[in-house]
Amino acid sequence: MTKGSVRFEGVTKHFDDVVALKPLDLDIAPGTLVTLLGPSGCGKTTTLRLVAGLESPTSGRIFIGDEDVTHLSATYRKVSMVFQSYALFPHMTVAENVGYGLTVKRVSKSELRPRVEEGLAMVGLEGFGDRLPSELSGGQQQRVAVARAIVLEPEVLLLDEPLSNLDAKLRRHVREEIREIQQRLNLTAIYVTHDQEEAMAVSDRIIVMKNAEIAQEGAPADLYERPNSAFIADFIGDANLLPVEVARSGETVDIVFDGRRLTLPTAFSTTGQANLVLRPHQLRLSHEASADSLPAEVSYAAYLGNQVQYTLDTALGEIFAVTVPDATPFRKGDTVHVGFDPVAARIVSI
Amino acid sequence: MKRVAVFWLVVGVIGWALLPWYLTQNGFWRFGWLTDMSGTNASALGAALHDKPWLWLPVLGFVGAALSLGLARTQLAMARGLFASGTAGLALLMGQALLIGTRFGLWEADNPGIGAGAFVTASALLFIATTGVSGLGKGRGDAFVTGLVGAIVALVAIFVFFPLTFILVRAFELKGGAGLGFSEFLPRFFSSTIWGIGCITGGGSCGPAVNSFLLGLSTAAGTTFMGLMFALIFTRTDFRAKKLLRVLTVLPIITPPFVIGLALILLFGRAGTITEFFSWAFGWEKTRWLYGFHGVWLAQMLSFTPIAFLVLIGVVEGVSPSMEEASQTLDANRWQTFRYISFPLMRPGLANAFLLGFIESIADFGNPLVLGGNFNVLSTEIYFAIVGTIADPAQAAILSITLLTFTLSAFLAQRFWVGKKNYATVTGKGDSGRHAALNPVLRWTAYLVALPWAFFTMVLYALILFGSFVKLWGYDHTFTFEHYLRGFKIVVRNGVHFTGAAWDSYFTTLTISAIAAPLTAAVGLATAYLLVRQKFTGKNAFEFSTMLSFAIPGTVIGVAYIMAFNFPPIELTGTGLILIIVFIFRNMPVGVRGGIAAMSQLDKSLDEASIMLGANSATTLRRVILPLMGPAILAALTYSFVRAITSVSAVIFLVSARHNMATSFIVGRVENGEYGIAIAYASVLIVTMLTVIIAMQLVIGRRTLRRADRVEAH
Repeated sequence: MTKGSVRFEGVTKHFDDVVALKPLDLDIAPGTLVTLLGPSGCGKTTTLRLVAGLESPTSGRIFIGDEDVTHLSATYRKVSMVFQSYALFPHMTVAENVGYGLTVKRVSKSELRPRVEEGLAMVGLEGFGDRLPSELSGGQQQRVAVARAIVLEPEVLLLDEPLSNLDAKLRRHVREEIREIQQRLNLTAIYVTHDQEEAMAVSDRIIVMKNAEIAQEGAPADLYERPNSAFIADFIGDANLLPVEVARSGETVDIVFDGRRLTLPTAFSTTGQANLVLRPHQLRLSHEASADSLPAEVSYAAYLGNQVQYTLDTALGEIFAVTVPDATPFRKGDTVHVGFDPVAARIVSI
Repeated sequence: MKRVAVFWLVVGVIGWALLPWYLTQNGFWRFGWLTDMSGTNASALGAALHDKPWLWLPVLGFVGAALSLGLARTQLAMARGLFASGTAGLALLMGQALLIGTRFGLWEADNPGIGAGAFVTASALLFIATTGVSGLGKGRGDAFVTGLVGAIVALVAIFVFFPLTFILVRAFELKGGAGLGFSEFLPRFFSSTIWGIGCITGGGSCGPAVNSFLLGLSTAAGTTFMGLMFALIFTRTDFRAKKLLRVLTVLPIITPPFVIGLALILLFGRAGTITEFFSWAFGWEKTRWLYGFHGVWLAQMLSFTPIAFLVLIGVVEGVSPSMEEASQTLDANRWQTFRYISFPLMRPGLANAFLLGFIESIADFGNPLVLGGNFNVLSTEIYFAIVGTIADPAQAAILSITLLTFTLSAFLAQRFWVGKKNYATVTGKGDSGRHAALNPVLRWTAYLVALPWAFFTMVLYALILFGSFVKLWGYDHTFTFEHYLRGFKIVVRNGVHFTGAAWDSYFTTLTISAIAAPLTAAVGLATAYLLVRQKFTGKNAFEFSTMLSFAIPGTVIGVAYIMAFNFPPIELTGTGLILIIVFIFRNMPVGVRGGIAAMSQLDKSLDEASIMLGANSATTLRRVILPLMGPAILAALTYSFVRAITSVSAVIFLVSARHNMATSFIVGRVENGEYGIAIAYASVLIVTMLTVIIAMQLVIGRRTLRRADRVEAH
């Protein structure tokens, strides 16, 4: 164990009768940015607040570095947090906000000022120290919140949906900044979001949660390319899930769908009913049928400039497909044949 | 945890070993005990060495705490040790205080009431225990939070529940000190002197319980109806003088008790202006109709309608305009919208106002005292059972239990039945749109009912002022300053001398209210802070017990206090302290509610951010929450100050020659029929309170503006 790691041992959390967290084991390596991703109510924020010390676990133990902090008050944990609402103190200036943590730790005035300025410089807000938070734009307030959290040189930085109050264009910019600061300071960071694109963009590792437990964890590419369940396949990137029969499993699988038998170069361990995962942009649409294609009827077509989205009715159910625009787009009511690349296809259990 | 525990250990040992354990003869702050540390001035250490060996007991708690601090290997073991030793020490301390040399005494001893030393020692033991609790991971491991919870629970237990048990004990006590039992309680409790229904069946008068109940129902129905009419005018019409209506809501806060009753006597009494007029014009007989149910009811309607109005403004405004607009777009007309949408949504709020009116009415003491005549209600009967010619504390206790049963039932109904049915249509989303206007019939009904009533109220207040300047109302209307001079004369000769009869009680009232106000606000806001911001086991019970004192009528509290605090271990009667304490716990619910409202508007993540940045809860409270709650704090201060000035029901039992209060002074004058000086004094009080309120409003007004331009752009 080293400084900055975070470890959960069988941590649970109940709010009265509601189970917010089923027994959770977690091990976060120092210096990595790990994202907790999931739909609302999945337990990701509870997990973050347990690390922060803002909630006490019902059972289990929490370690930060080598120290057991299960019963340690948030005040004394070497953890900082950036809040969704920023939580800047409205009655203090930007400099007072950033210096607050140092002031309550009784850092001397002479040391305080340079550290506050250094913190503001880190987020590109030199010279804003005398303003009030209300005089800053949303993006600037966000950066003050980050500066306030990092001047304390925490072992772990927590970010609770830090971008959700920013508009879409600013988000990409700020998330790159956060990632850049995290890597420069080599901080351990835990990042909560419900936006899978944001999670893919910033994380070393993503932990997807569902129903108060971990659904799957791994590097962004792992989750996208090797989902272990229909939920993950659908949650990380769009996916069409088609019911198929797995006739033979192993390193490669044989599936039966729409009365045809196909061999896919993907591993799967059981046989029987399963889901075929097809990513919308990996589908081929054409006027001619081929060996592995499905006949379909276009029930809805939307032209978005850089892409065309189709909703298709097939014998196996509705399929969502995305193509690049070409000279002769399909129209509603057209009959098309949907084909896919067996190499990219995945099988998940129901 | 360790630092805090060591601190309290040191404080506790000092309190035990050095400070005078019992009440000192000449008061703590004169420090006479510093030079003479014998007798009642002795510290627990001194007394324990001398003649009271049982005072060694609390030390066991400190020994245990010291051992836990020194020997425990893990944090958890230390926490358990601290909790156990603190609790044990506290139990031993309380045990010896309650059982040795008191009425429950196991054996005789000369134990005076406890003083500074015992207080400090007990606090230290309590905080050692709560620090231990924080170490067990409760209250998110924050010693300040667990300490605050412990302190407030202890205070409420000592000053609300402990006195109430005395009423129970007294009511169930058997004659000759033969212990407790139902055999004498039941027949007295259910006797026809309390529950008689002669006034309904036609055989004479009713018992005070029935009278109180009927009066409560009538007043609650009346004030709810009037309040609704006012609220409808205020929120659903384009009535021009709305500001004037708003003034109405301030009146009951600053009106000393009896004032309405006196004004009614001046108008409708035997020598009242209106009585005289009808007698002269139509030859009607002058009767004493005012003295009895009708008069009390009228006075209560005037006193409590503004309170219902205030409650119902919120209720009527709470109905989301978009609901009404939706109804209108579905082709309902104004009447149908009101009948099928707005009114059903208001119904829980109306029930709430009704129950509040009921509690206010049967807890009311001033109006029945002045106007009751032969119409006996519980609150005044309790008073007479204590101070009357035949003092009967047991009867007072039984009547108190009856009254408490009524108010508690209404309080419980309000919390658990009405509280749950609330359709909160006020959402965080900006709800644009306008409230539907009233249909014309309803609007004119409201105008016709409410506006004459408002006018009548104004006239009464004007009369008060006028009446204080005439010689003898009804007989001699010559202009005079006589009443003011008798009460508030100042002689400037060799310095300033306040020779008026009222100055003494006036200054006492202001001083005690001024001391009580910040303490009330502090206890109220601290409770609100715990309720809004902290999670801990037993929070619901905690909230319930802190709000409970709202449902305990002042007369009951007064009786309970004289029964509980008249002898050791806690001997407070006759002091100014008991008045301060009674104000704190009577007015605390107001501070709690104000605090809850204000704190709910502060984003919780502000505190969490401060905590995450390494500040503890105390620092967070001081540097983040309090600065942002300025207006709420000022409001709580003003309100508890003013309520302390106008409070009478509990106070009247607790005043003493040295600490007389304005309201009890007025009661004395009223009982002697000296109405002139009584209303002159009341006018002075009204002006005093108005000045304070307006000054605070100006300060708050400015504060709010400054805050708005800082916070808004968040």
